[in-house]
Amino acid sequence: MASTRIHIDEARLGRVQKQDRIATGVLTAIAAIVMLIVIAMVAYILFEGVSTLFQPGFLTQPSRANGTQGGVLYQLFDSFYLLLITLAISVPISLGGAVFLVEYAPNGPIRDIASTAIETLSSLPSIVVGMFGFLVFSVQLGWKYSIISGAVALTMFNIPILVRVIQQALEDVPQAQRDACLAMGLTRWEATLHILIPEAMPAIVTGIVLSAGRVFGEAAALLFTSGMSSPVRLNFLSFNLSSPTCAWNVFRPGESLAVHIYKIYGEGSPEAQQIVWGTAALLMICVLLFNVVARIVGKQLARRMTAE
Amino acid sequence: MSEMKATPAAEAAPSETQNFLSSVGESEKRVRASGKAVSDEVVLSTKDVNVYYGDHHALHDTSLDFHKGEITALIGPSGCGKSTFLRSLNLMNREIRGCRVEGEINYRGRNVNTKTENTYELRRSIGMVFQQPNPFRKSIRDNITFAPKRHGIIDRDELDRMVEESLRGAALWDEVKDKLDKSAYALSGGQQQRLCIARTLALNPDVILFDEPCSALDPISTLAIEDLMSSIVADRAIVIVTHNMEQASRVSNRTAFFYMGDMVEYDETDEIFQRPKDKRLNDYLTGMFS
Repeated sequence: MASTRIHIDEARLGRVQKQDRIATGVLTAIAAIVMLIVIAMVAYILFEGVSTLFQPGFLTQPSRANGTQGGVLYQLFDSFYLLLITLAISVPISLGGAVFLVEYAPNGPIRDIASTAIETLSSLPSIVVGMFGFLVFSVQLGWKYSIISGAVALTMFNIPILVRVIQQALEDVPQAQRDACLAMGLTRWEATLHILIPEAMPAIVTGIVLSAGRVFGEAAALLFTSGMSSPVRLNFLSFNLSSPTCAWNVFRPGESLAVHIYKIYGEGSPEAQQIVWGTAALLMICVLLFNVVARIVGKQLARRMTAE
Repeated sequence: MSEMKATPAAEAAPSETQNFLSSVGESEKRVRASGKAVSDEVVLSTKDVNVYYGDHHALHDTSLDFHKGEITALIGPSGCGKSTFLRSLNLMNREIRGCRVEGEINYRGRNVNTKTENTYELRRSIGMVFQQPNPFRKSIRDNITFAPKRHGIIDRDELDRMVEESLRGAALWDEVKDKLDKSAYALSGGQQQRLCIARTLALNPDVILFDEPCSALDPISTLAIEDLMSSIVADRAIVIVTHNMEQASRVSNRTAFFYMGDMVEYDETDEIFQRPKDKRLNDYLTGMFS
């Protein structure tokens, strides 16, 4: 067979190279627009909110006059407290669910049903989760408007995200690691507990902190569950968990920063407006911090574990 | 070395074990496998083993004996069933969904292919080294001590001794003794594979199964692993799956040839390579197919 020289079609070559340049330009432009939007939003909110945010007492005083004056101390505390309880409930459940799906569930109906259920749960609008939480936890179980109702509602909305993240992290651990464990006479559970979860830990922690950012900024699911107001007075030093003024009492109502924004925004007065901007800036800074922390912690953990 | 052979390492006092392991760790004195049988003591044997993946009948009626002090090579073209067979020996096939192993697998005269067999116990006696080096993402020390710790050894001195003995046994001690707490991932591929062997040696298994242990390694690392196999075989049986004919002829005492899910021919390695009886084996050896 005679070898044929490949004929280079100059016109075609020029055409595809031009297409390549155009594609590069368009994609760069899209990325730039996205970045611009984000920067513009962040800058605008900071510009409007920073003056309020750094006002003396904004972070250290409770709100007064139905939120139109004073600070957001209780809302800030409630947001973190809600987040803490939500994570305390959702992380163990999600970890268990993900381990089951990756390591234990047999291929077949059980796995499919579990996966579908998790996907469905993740696509439920959060207001619907809030309604459900209200009807079941607040009304049926009699928890009323309370931190715990809110935290359980947030849990339902957080579990699918976490299961997905942890599942991915576990699946990324090479099969050879499982084989090595089993071939040395260890059980599946020992392999999971001592090798797979530790190896997946950096990715798991990153996922948890990122999901925390979402939970932290959630409003709709909390409107009907944790309520739209914090008690007028909270006592952080009291550990009488049944007292309605005890800050740590999970059966008292609570108000997150995001819900606070929603509530105060309706007031309409210029003072209220300033509080809204300040709260928005605070909320945004917290969520950005979660993202930064997630990255740093994930990297640090990975470096420490691999001792590299 | 011959007098040590008479004393199984499991019964030897710790210091003797150490001597034994360090003496065999010196690779210069190594005697290569003769290609001839050297032992009558059967550690592991199979009788009419059949393996199925779902409906696919991957391995037919395979009966083989593995002897103490000998290396047995399993050769054959890709997909011939040799790895499948190897993974049946320590019941690792049970971890694969849809895989079914039938027939007898006799370890020290007892059929272990039963529902009641304690696979965890068994796998401590039948170790395995994989194709890709797969150390844990831990320090070198922790790689060795992980399984012994899980199996209930907590004494620090004993664990330290194990680390040194098994690393010496795997001819890795001199290279890593100053960085035991560094990550195993910082080692080269060949060192990682020797670490995996050390990790297996720490459990002092009766049988070690090697699943193409050198296919991801360079030639020098390959020779190091081959030397290592010869040095640790005295007290145990070794079974190695390999694609490398020269490797099989270099390291093994006996060889079994697999083809299309059948164990076609099994004999002393010299016989297999010099006087193949089956036409398929002859074709394979002369490179008619691979």
